[in-house]
Amino acid sequence: MILMANELTYLAGNVIHNVKPLPPFCDVVCRFLDVFSSELLHDQSCKNYPDITAVAFWARKGNINKWKERTNLNELRLGRGVAFHITPSNIPVQFIFSYMFGLLAGNANIVRVTSKEFSQITLICDVLNKVLNMDEFSVIRSMTCIVRYPRESDYTKQFSEKCHVRLIWGGDETIAQIRQCPLPPRAIELVFPDRYSLAILSAEIVAEVGTNELCRLAQNFYNDTYLMDQNACSSPQLIVWQGEKDAIVYAKRKFWDAIKRLVVDQYDFPAIKATSKYLNFCVNAIKYPQTGQLVSSDNYLYRVQLEKLPVNCDELRGQFGLFYEYDSRELAELSLIVNEKYQTLTYYGVDKELLVKMVLHNQWLGIDRIVPMGRALDMDLLWDGYDFIREMSRIVDVR
Amino acid sequence: MLEKHLEYLSQDPYGMAREAKQEYLRKCLQDLIIHHRDNCSEYARVLEALAYDDSSAKELEDLPFLPVQLFKEFELMSVPKSAVVKTMMSSGTSGQKRSKVFLDRPTAMAQSRCLSNIMASFIGKKRLPMIILDTELAKKDPRMFSARGAGIIGFSLFGRDVFFALDDNMEIRWKDLQEYIERHSGERIVLFGYTYIIWQYIVKAMQNKKKNMGLTDGTLFHIGGWKKLQAESVSAQTYNQALKDVCGDIDIHNYYGMAEQLGSVFVECENGHMHCSVFSDVIIRDPKDFRACGIGEEGLVELISVLPSSYPGHVLLTEDWGRIMGEDDCPCGRKGKYFELQGRIKKAEIRGCSDTYGQ
Repeated sequence: MILMANELTYLAGNVIHNVKPLPPFCDVVCRFLDVFSSELLHDQSCKNYPDITAVAFWARKGNINKWKERTNLNELRLGRGVAFHITPSNIPVQFIFSYMFGLLAGNANIVRVTSKEFSQITLICDVLNKVLNMDEFSVIRSMTCIVRYPRESDYTKQFSEKCHVRLIWGGDETIAQIRQCPLPPRAIELVFPDRYSLAILSAEIVAEVGTNELCRLAQNFYNDTYLMDQNACSSPQLIVWQGEKDAIVYAKRKFWDAIKRLVVDQYDFPAIKATSKYLNFCVNAIKYPQTGQLVSSDNYLYRVQLEKLPVNCDELRGQFGLFYEYDSRELAELSLIVNEKYQTLTYYGVDKELLVKMVLHNQWLGIDRIVPMGRALDMDLLWDGYDFIREMSRIVDVR
Repeated sequence: MLEKHLEYLSQDPYGMAREAKQEYLRKCLQDLIIHHRDNCSEYARVLEALAYDDSSAKELEDLPFLPVQLFKEFELMSVPKSAVVKTMMSSGTSGQKRSKVFLDRPTAMAQSRCLSNIMASFIGKKRLPMIILDTELAKKDPRMFSARGAGIIGFSLFGRDVFFALDDNMEIRWKDLQEYIERHSGERIVLFGYTYIIWQYIVKAMQNKKKNMGLTDGTLFHIGGWKKLQAESVSAQTYNQALKDVCGDIDIHNYYGMAEQLGSVFVECENGHMHCSVFSDVIIRDPKDFRACGIGEEGLVELISVLPSSYPGHVLLTEDWGRIMGEDDCPCGRKGKYFELQGRIKKAEIRGCSDTYGQ
């Protein structure tokens, strides 16, 4: 590949020359990730970033082995070749997860990171380079190319022409843009469009929980939502309460009071978030007449009750703690709204088997994840309905 | 402005003390709220979603406010479209959505009368020779016809023998300018322009050429953001001094207003305080809960104007930051609240995985 050096910066690795895929969960890759993990954990500067710590924990031997077992590959597989990742600009550590997934599947990886200067990116790449330069990992070095280049440049096209898998993180608009660049005939594409997520809580259970459990529940909900400004595609926008009317009234007060205390205590809330949230609320009020009146005692938490579930519910989005709530006696009515946009269903106090049955029985197009409250943002080898290892590797059928 | 309030426009813009002003504004605004609720369905919908109740609103701070950015999202109007005579667009940088503000004849007229009343209190009712510190192109070129061009047209109504100091290439028409000043020597001259354009194309250019207009009696009004000047670390003091160094002995008044509330502008007095006129008011709100802040407390700036009747722009929450410095007691003698603006609030680094290839 001939590239113009002035536009493109290598943050880690270099141009990929010889493409030699590995089998998934190859020993050298697992060893590499384990060393990478401990280097991250020992790096003094990295310690200040909880998101880097999360990366380090994910890459540990124990976790990778757990995933290897869980993935349980029975057939002969090899990585597809070169995976080209276009990673999002507002989750600083996303690029490294995408890279690790590609590597575990056995691929060489070209990863485009955002032009935004996040310290996490620099710190992670410094550590990555250090590990890549160890002799035993020269194979991994030859499979690594982490780059930064302006969006307008030709590189997206060039990389697309040469790759075997393309991953597009970052929503509908990005996908539409990148798809202008054709892929080789055999290449496959994994895309991560705009999604919509919801939470279901059992009013009876919330009504019964003690103080400690309520604190845990509130923290879990906070982590699923406020932690990412409620902007992650897996952060719930719609909060569905299951139960009898009286229990719901009581549970809501208890739950939201706990959330409010936590938010006031933990959430970084500059003025722009207050004005954006208020604008968002007004815009939605005008566009969706079925939304009810604002429930709020201040700007930290906005709640809006829905009397009916609007068909286009997935357009009804909040940010910075603006939640739409619905009281449901019968969860089956969710069939009215669930479509292929629905990604994560977060639950609390609700039997997950029941939720599984609902997805199956109603033959929904959407819902790719059913996870307990607090796990909405957990990035893993299964995401958005994809099994990264299987998607990014090919089967050699031997009989 | 509603017809029944029209006679109010002849009031002295800075002559009314708190109690009388509050009562008057409350009455006007209650009428306006009802008018807009009856005639603008989007506005009615927001009031409904906020559970707004007329009877519980006792003070101005209890009145519902729209986020000013709502004019970028919807075409908000309280008159039939056929009654609209002018559509104002906010300047907005490229790629951003722009506000659309719909004016019918009565609102446009009220704006112009209000502005002229406010200006008259600074420069008198007589029309004075006027220098526009901008290019005439800003007025003619439709690509520039935004708030900038409209502002020039609106302001030039108060002057006579209007002269544009910059040519089409944004160069100073030095020879013509000298002639103009000579022709009007002994007279008081009014100057008008946009804050940053004045700095970039007048002050810097004249500093470079070491020139001075040598005005002996002039009043300069400028409007526009400080954002670019802040980036160049130019304070209001530096700005004013540099301006005097190249213009001569002039009074300088910065003023503040939005495309969404033309006419009822806020002018800075000789003490550097922005003043509300009787046609407008300012409320500072705490971003944590939108409660009204007291004197001296910093917060989000909410602007009230009695003028808008063709669109619901009478009570708007901006993304500007400021604080009220006092009321009725500015040493300049003007009544009403006076305040200080501290610029735009910071855009947030938004987390999450929504569309992001842009960066």
